[in-house]
Amino acid sequence: MKNLLILGAGTSGTMMANHLISKLPKKEWQITIVDQYKTHYYQPGFLFLPFDIYTTGQVKKNGEKFIPKGVNYIQEKIDLIVPEKNKVKLETGQELNYDLLIVATGTKIAPDEIEGMKGPKWHKNIFDFYTFEGAKALRNKLREWEGGRLVIHICEMPIKCPVAPLEFAFLADSYFRNKGMRDKVDITFVTPLAGAFTKPKATEALHYLLEEKGIKEVTDFNIERVDYENDKIIDYADTEVAYDLLVTVPTNMGDALIARSGMGDDLNYVPTNKATLQSRDYENIFAIGDATNLPASKAGSVAHFEAEILTDNILLYIDGKPLKEEFDGHANCFIETGNGKALLIDFNYTHEPVEGTFPFPGVGPLNLLKESRMNHMGKMAFRWIYWNMLIKGIHIPFVSATMSEKGKHFEEIT
Amino acid sequence: MKKVIAQSEIDVNEEGYLLDFQQWNKKIAEELAKEHNISLTDKHWEVIDYIQDKYKNEEPLSVRGIKNSGVLDIKEFYGLFPGGPLKVSTLIAGIPKPKSCI
Repeated sequence: MKNLLILGAGTSGTMMANHLISKLPKKEWQITIVDQYKTHYYQPGFLFLPFDIYTTGQVKKNGEKFIPKGVNYIQEKIDLIVPEKNKVKLETGQELNYDLLIVATGTKIAPDEIEGMKGPKWHKNIFDFYTFEGAKALRNKLREWEGGRLVIHICEMPIKCPVAPLEFAFLADSYFRNKGMRDKVDITFVTPLAGAFTKPKATEALHYLLEEKGIKEVTDFNIERVDYENDKIIDYADTEVAYDLLVTVPTNMGDALIARSGMGDDLNYVPTNKATLQSRDYENIFAIGDATNLPASKAGSVAHFEAEILTDNILLYIDGKPLKEEFDGHANCFIETGNGKALLIDFNYTHEPVEGTFPFPGVGPLNLLKESRMNHMGKMAFRWIYWNMLIKGIHIPFVSATMSEKGKHFEEIT
Repeated sequence: MKKVIAQSEIDVNEEGYLLDFQQWNKKIAEELAKEHNISLTDKHWEVIDYIQDKYKNEEPLSVRGIKNSGVLDIKEFYGLFPGGPLKVSTLIAGIPKPKSCI
């Protein structure tokens, strides 16, 4: 009996367990999945929780429900990966041997990386919304907040779901408008990049959103520290931005397990072949989702497309055949713009998001890079798709793992 | 669009970033630096080598990466490339500006 071991039962790990259980011969392979947490969160919901659009119950479920029968599920903390010995050690002292390892340990916020961030004001007037606890604490704060300077801030790239902070700004505008207090709130978006939008087509098509909603931009801001006593963030060029309420996206880092095991880069991400998803250092270790160092977005849709290709590659690897170099960085994301509207973007490693229709060329029904109610309904429907199709590894009809260029308005292919 | 610099013709985008790294050379870098009122020193070249290396290995470029590189600290990085060091250093190094997904 051979062992395939999956580390992490989040979006990627759960999808892989579901894909592989029906593909690997049960007499030859035992699949085991390990995760320390009992709860599986619907992470896209963390964006909506602070605004009372979703309830806490809508964004979490018991993770074990989504692990297919026949897969050995272990709810324990992982201590170490020993790739030279094809072994994983759990905190309990138990050791698991593997023939094939899939690393799906994701990414986490690391507020300790910035001086003054996780200090006495953490979750008092400095919040994250990338964790369940942060999003819930922020919801409670927003319910009673009387207004002032709201600063939405990104510490450094890469981050999970790179557009979420911008969506947060748009939803905040709607939220305060609906509460009849928009005039009491000053919204500023602070980014280490050169703009809230960084790609030419998106900037051209979407910059009006910031103007329309009265959201100010502070760009090229690389945070050095939070002066929590004086409610200011300060960057390396000594630029200061004052806030009454700071909603920050802290530095994102891969799991500390990856650093402990000596398998990560500067940010604890696993160096991974961007087309095959095989780890660069060990041929029997593959990585997927947020845990990799791929130059793709850290997003559930990316993990979903990766999972289809990784499943094929695992089967090819087991048969001793060459791997498919097929993953193209495909991402497909709904972007909430407030007032019941949303955008949809579809892009990959080499193609920036452009206008067009999706998924049927020339038909839609969804419009790319344009605000519409239909796109918003798509985003809302996605929660159902996530729990009922996506993490169960069910193929989403008409949406292929690699990006389609049909029905899109490309001017040039770079 | 085309741009003539250091006796060669290069292809650049609207913001002046090279579209093809193959066209880059040290003379071009020196001229691009001058346009930003920077005169390149050994320390600048060390940073340029580091970020080009990252780019070739398709590793994401970040201020943190610079900090952990051992090449220089972040204050020095700001000192060398004033006004948005990643933005300016990538332009001089002939590689794309760090981007988000939209």
